[in-house]
Amino acid sequence: MNLQVELEHRRNVLITRLRGELDHHTAEIVRFQLDEVIQRGQVNHVVLSLSELTFMDSSGLGVILGRYKQIKGRGGKMAVCEMNPAVRRLFELSGLFKIMHVYDNEHLALNGLEVVS
Amino acid sequence: MNGQSQANVMTLQFSSRSENEAFARVAVAAFVSQLDPTLDELTDLKTVISEAVTNCIIHGYDNEPTGMVSITAAIEGEDITLTVSDQGQGIEDIELARQPLFTSKPDMERSGMGFTIMENFMDEFEVTTELGVGTTIRMKKRIESKKALYN
Repeated sequence: MNLQVELEHRRNVLITRLRGELDHHTAEIVRFQLDEVIQRGQVNHVVLSLSELTFMDSSGLGVILGRYKQIKGRGGKMAVCEMNPAVRRLFELSGLFKIMHVYDNEHLALNGLEVVS
Repeated sequence: MNGQSQANVMTLQFSSRSENEAFARVAVAAFVSQLDPTLDELTDLKTVISEAVTNCIIHGYDNEPTGMVSITAAIEGEDITLTVSDQGQGIEDIELARQPLFTSKPDMERSGMGFTIMENFMDEFEVTTELGVGTTIRMKKRIESKKALYN
């Protein structure tokens, strides 16, 4: 598989590190893994950590937006950090920038979530 | 006419399966690499191929893996032309389909950004579609990297 998903629980925050390529084919993996944790109600917030995400297209935007809606529907927040320029451009183009909290790294994202939670 | 005869052309055909999306990106990127594109240009081309092929699979063939997706890439001077086609169901309302954030499949968590991304990342973009016959996307981009090198 071209995408690896690493999940780390930090109190009520789920840090999700994506490695590899996020497209229509691999979006299923992200959807499945995150929904399992979110729907069990184990986490309030999600930090997407994308430093090793080498490729993403609009299917990636779709799966991220879908998880954002779930988290938001449960009163939580989603933060994104360490985007490469290409991924950042897609976030800007789609307007996801306006609705998500964007940070430079995981540490700042975690701090930011604790402030808003 | 003269330009056409000088074009360097590559054609690919593969089953309408999502696992082929990564293959399509890599194959086109490898072909285009002879133009010595920048990493940004290569990422743009991989992204638009991914969008176009995903559209063929999800919309053209409605996830039916027996369909075939075709890609033709043509290099002419510094221009790369990409043509991505399916013989699927076609697009009913192309103006609506091209609207940012519009998707005909909201239940599948589609972002509705595919056409917008292709239009933004390429210099030229056109869609030909006919219901029950199929859809062809033709896109063109000038690869500037060599010029930049001389400046």
